[in-house]
Amino acid sequence: METIVFYGFATTAVGSALLLVSMRNIARALFLFFIVLFSVAGLYLFALADFVAITQILIYVGGVLVLLLFAFMLSNKELLQQLHSGTSHFFALPVWQALLIAASFLAILVYTAIQGGTDEPAWITASKMAGTAIHPTDNTVEQIGLQIMTQYLLPFEVVSVLLMMALIGAAHLTRKEETP
Amino acid sequence: MITLTHFLVVGACLFSTGLYAVLSRRNALLVLVGIELMINAAIVNLVAFGRYDKSLYGGQVFALFAIVLAAAAVAVALAIILNVYKFYKSVNPEDISNLKD
Repeated sequence: METIVFYGFATTAVGSALLLVSMRNIARALFLFFIVLFSVAGLYLFALADFVAITQILIYVGGVLVLLLFAFMLSNKELLQQLHSGTSHFFALPVWQALLIAASFLAILVYTAIQGGTDEPAWITASKMAGTAIHPTDNTVEQIGLQIMTQYLLPFEVVSVLLMMALIGAAHLTRKEETP
Repeated sequence: MITLTHFLVVGACLFSTGLYAVLSRRNALLVLVGIELMINAAIVNLVAFGRYDKSLYGGQVFALFAIVLAAAAVAVALAIILNVYKFYKSVNPEDISNLKD
């Protein structure tokens, strides 16, 4: 049962991603990206990362996707025209060089993943033996909060400084130029 | 219990799709979406390996950091794209050929 639901989420994610990159209409592609993000959040749940899944939905769907839609509508004058005539060119012209590079990357990555499945790293085997893998009944949110405030305090502070730099940079880039 | 290989293969598929989008699309917004797909594939791998690390929760914590960094990158990139659109009236990366005005 668990495997069937996992395959459902995985095929939704990969299928929508493939449709996304082959679609000519940008508005539809962005809404397909919404579906991809939701199904990837579902995949996180199967790795027992419930907090990461919720964060994905909050930040990506609530923040990033709305920003992308705003930018699309601000940068495209022919929005309505594209929405009407989008069906005539359903698939964009495939660029064979890009397809070749992506396919070879896929082959290498899948080969490595399958090799890694038969010959898994020692620390994973040790974790399976000792039973220290995360269980579905564990309280992960409490543990993540503790770890961020103790073990990972330095990366947390670095990320906060970087977020402020990004905020100042984005505000500086979009401000109105003063005419001299 | 889903094995690690399943997650790695799904992550590989998402990564190659994002790579194809980055290389082939003629719209800066969709290139950005491709980069986001690649970041998501990386986060899938982090989370899948993080399941075996109960003492430190390294995978999940760094997945959270990666999500935050991706959101910051999108905000700055969209600011740049909107500025470029104001200047060139186009979001096609091939039309943008001058470094300085």
